[in-house]
Amino acid sequence: MSSLSIPQKTPTPVAGSSIRRQRRLQSVFRLIIAVFAIGFALFPILWIVSAAFNPTSSMANQRLIPPNASTANFVKLLTNPLQPFMLWLWNSIKIAGITTILVVFITALTAYSFSRFRFRGRRSLLLTILLIQVFPNMLAIVALFLLLRQLGEYFPTFGLNSHGGLILVYMGTQMGINIWLMKGFFDSIPRDIDESAAVDGATHWQAFWWLIFPLVRPILAVVGILTFVSVFNEFILANVLLRSNEQFTLMVGLYLFVTQNFAQQWGVFAAGALIGALPIAIIYVLMQDLIVGGLTQGAVKG
Amino acid sequence: MASNIREAGGGTPLASFLNSLPSYLLRLLGLAVVDGLAIWLLYLLIRDQVWPLAAAVAVVTLLVNAVNLTDRLYPLRWMSPALAIIILMVLYPILFTVYTAFTNYSDGHLLTKAQAIRRIGQDRFLPEGGLTYRWAGYRSETNEIILALVGSEGQTFLAVPGEPLQEITPESDGIGAFDADGFPETIEGYTRLQMRDILPILDSQLAPLEFGELPDTVKIKSIREAAQLQPRYVYDEELDAMVDQMAGEIYYADESQGSFISESGRVLSPGYQVTVGLRNFQRLATSPALRGPFVQVFGWTIAFAFLSVATTFALGLFLALVFNDPLIRGRKVIRTLLILPYTIPGVLGVLIWRGMLNQHLGVITTNMVNLFGWAPGWFTDPLWSKAGILLVNLWLGFPYMMLICMGALQSIPSDIYEAAEVDGASIWQRFWGITLPLLLVSVGPLLVASFTFNFNNFTVIYAYNEGRPPIPGTPTPAGYTDILISYTFRLAFEGGRGSDYGYAAAITFVIFLIVATITLFQYRFMGQWEEISENV
Repeated sequence: MSSLSIPQKTPTPVAGSSIRRQRRLQSVFRLIIAVFAIGFALFPILWIVSAAFNPTSSMANQRLIPPNASTANFVKLLTNPLQPFMLWLWNSIKIAGITTILVVFITALTAYSFSRFRFRGRRSLLLTILLIQVFPNMLAIVALFLLLRQLGEYFPTFGLNSHGGLILVYMGTQMGINIWLMKGFFDSIPRDIDESAAVDGATHWQAFWWLIFPLVRPILAVVGILTFVSVFNEFILANVLLRSNEQFTLMVGLYLFVTQNFAQQWGVFAAGALIGALPIAIIYVLMQDLIVGGLTQGAVKG
Repeated sequence: MASNIREAGGGTPLASFLNSLPSYLLRLLGLAVVDGLAIWLLYLLIRDQVWPLAAAVAVVTLLVNAVNLTDRLYPLRWMSPALAIIILMVLYPILFTVYTAFTNYSDGHLLTKAQAIRRIGQDRFLPEGGLTYRWAGYRSETNEIILALVGSEGQTFLAVPGEPLQEITPESDGIGAFDADGFPETIEGYTRLQMRDILPILDSQLAPLEFGELPDTVKIKSIREAAQLQPRYVYDEELDAMVDQMAGEIYYADESQGSFISESGRVLSPGYQVTVGLRNFQRLATSPALRGPFVQVFGWTIAFAFLSVATTFALGLFLALVFNDPLIRGRKVIRTLLILPYTIPGVLGVLIWRGMLNQHLGVITTNMVNLFGWAPGWFTDPLWSKAGILLVNLWLGFPYMMLICMGALQSIPSDIYEAAEVDGASIWQRFWGITLPLLLVSVGPLLVASFTFNFNNFTVIYAYNEGRPPIPGTPTPAGYTDILISYTFRLAFEGGRGSDYGYAAAITFVIFLIVATITLFQYRFMGQWEEISENV
């Protein structure tokens, strides 16, 4: 992906006041659009920040800049035992973290094999993986629900309402696209490296672990971030597969909690949403160029 | 490319063998653990006749074994974890959905036949002339009741709910001396119930209690007598029927309904799963009450996906064009601010808007009322609900479109524009003639992917209003803003008359076909397949 900051259209240097006036008109026009677009993009975010610091949790009488701003909502959020917010946050981080580590490791092994070995059926296997991934896992949600229920009869750790089962499901959603992303990157690492290692008597495993793995760190980071973010943000599957309050992820917990009494819980929800969204927003803003590259290679926000 | 498969290790054969020995042993150990678990799981699945899952587990186990034991399959060994997960968590659910579409899987038909026979076989009844006991009752301080039973041959048993019967003697722990009838005078922690205690609670409290554990469950029959419960229904393999031991009625297995049905038409619950051919699809096609909402939902799904892509792309492209000039001061800051909505988790974004549009107190609604004296029913009016969803989705989605358009604009060579400028083309002509066609070449596949994504964008629909407002008068719940996948979800999990997985799977099957068609179109007619194939 080409970097976004490469200038591609140099303005033709033409003198003359009419051109200058046209340019000034253009920048006024741009300014107006910028104000409107940024207003549209930012107002909901500012509004939720303001709600979080509004001393009364109710939606009524909320101002954009709350008088007597306080952290009362955060205190309420963290102290109500009926909505164990910190536990939900921890569940989300745990599930997303374990899924990410497993996905990065497993897809790296697979991508290495696709990139370095030539064997019969390799091409069709790669294309099959891509084709299967076309059907979003959410479509098979009923089947996944029934699968976990059946598994849970024998292995409760992977049944309904278990984090183990949810992690398995999430790993399934992340395999195909990430195998492709990684394989593309592995292909760009010269094969001479492996071959010279083989001459020195290294096994494939040693070559992979000591030589290739450190070289592909950038793509491991991209896959890791994209996986973590999409699992952390996922709502529907978790909503169906998790059943009890103490098992909920942050998204499920916040959703169920706020929809019970929207207008009254507004401020507390805002505080929770702020804490939940902040880490992801920081990751995105800091890594926007990296992520844009990953996006344009076909990942759609999920 | 030359074959690159080598045996593990290098140097002499012996060195290479010794080198690989530990990893070989480790691999065998790992396989042994995996196989042990798999065989145990397979045994249980086959016992319960859960065939589809048993098949999937068997395939995965065989694959893992073959790959780890055959050196020819060495490259696949690296992929075995990924392949196992893809087969079990991606491929199997798809195939199982297709299979379910042809079954009667629903509430009341959740079990396999073997499981249903076992479940029905757990029903007990008090037979006439069965095994009986004389009894005495004892009550603990927490009001739990246990029995001492004396059988026809004079032995005494202790009967506690949920535990097997236990023979006792006066020497047993906590048991006092026996009286003339063979009952213990005292039991530690319990007081014996006297006749005057028993009479008032006999029918109301004592009679429903079950003591002991299956199959030796004992129930109180009368003031003096307790009797062992017997299985009410016994499966007769020859008849393929459940025989009612109490009433003598025979319930034959009906393989087209998936239930045991007697000649007088009585049905035993629960039923079991059977394949029903195209019945689910026939219902979808022929029942006007079902077809009505389906057609309506289908129409809105297409409209929603199309309008979502169109609006987000239009706004994203417009902003990308306006802020594309690298000479603009603060361009990077503007871009960062504009992508902020994209960084908010989808559910939270929708919920924030849901708050701002709230009918009574939302900031947008109240301000509209103040300014115009009127605000639309964002959640109650079918049309405005749809508009609200599109607005929220526009907010969530335009930054993505802006980002990919900015990227794509960079790749359009600038000399084309210069040539067009020389030819005197206007801004509009340049946009329609150059920018858009060239942009669509690179962005087109992403737009199709975005269409497919929104086609199944469950999160936005569900978090906005769970598909409401409801369409009145439908036999299965359906809402005006439901898209196919959320409608399917309701059929499966929120059905008014219980979950109907079979019918839900039939609709999912239809969605599969649509997604497959779109993808085929994308790959075939946009030349993406050739591009991918070359990269393989």
